[in-house]
Amino acid sequence: MIELTESQIDAERIRLAVSSPKCGAIVLFLGTTRQFTDAKETLTLSYTAYGPMAQSQMEKLAAQAQARWPVEKCAIAHRLGEVPIGEASVAVAVSSPHRRDAFEAASWLMDRLKELVPVWKKEHWADGGTDWVHPGLSPPAGQNGVQ
Amino acid sequence: MNVRVKLFALTQDLAGTDEVLLELTPPVTIATVRAALAEARPTLGPILPSCAFAVDNEYATDSTTVNDQAEIACLPPVSGG
Repeated sequence: MIELTESQIDAERIRLAVSSPKCGAIVLFLGTTRQFTDAKETLTLSYTAYGPMAQSQMEKLAAQAQARWPVEKCAIAHRLGEVPIGEASVAVAVSSPHRRDAFEAASWLMDRLKELVPVWKKEHWADGGTDWVHPGLSPPAGQNGVQ
Repeated sequence: MNVRVKLFALTQDLAGTDEVLLELTPPVTIATVRAALAEARPTLGPILPSCAFAVDNEYATDSTTVNDQAEIACLPPVSGG
């Protein structure tokens, strides 16, 4: 199961999607929205995506993880739209016969997802401002606080 | 030939649109598109060097050639997760 969704991520559904009698391990990672970035308070986050490419990139990453580790199934879900503080914005689940492979594959999938999948996050700060988060980008003229 | 470039997140805000239409003389590469986009939308100039480009949902390089049917996207640094 690889999906972009505007609904709340259902962790149990993700777990069931990778469940297999061949496996002794399921690693389920949930990325949740955080209230504080250093001292700055976030009210809510919103996510937008280049949908077709995000979907195909996530499918490709899952296939690569399955080629690289003895992984039975992978599931990835990324939420779009507004995500209130404390809720899951992303879920990655991996099942494998033994736990080490599931831990490694899930960690690798999350790292690659954050590098390659075209999804963008916007911070809605408690002070009323908003910022797109673009790692490594220096703030262009007239824009403040872009990450 | 006409080339449409999709914009996202900050690039969309800076350009004030989600798509820019460029008229270019073939052969066209991503390097051509990047330069033409900077010229068409000067507000994008400072961040275009940091943007990746995709052609038909695949990451492209500056030397990737573009035909007139291709879907081109300008991708500022991603921040999913």
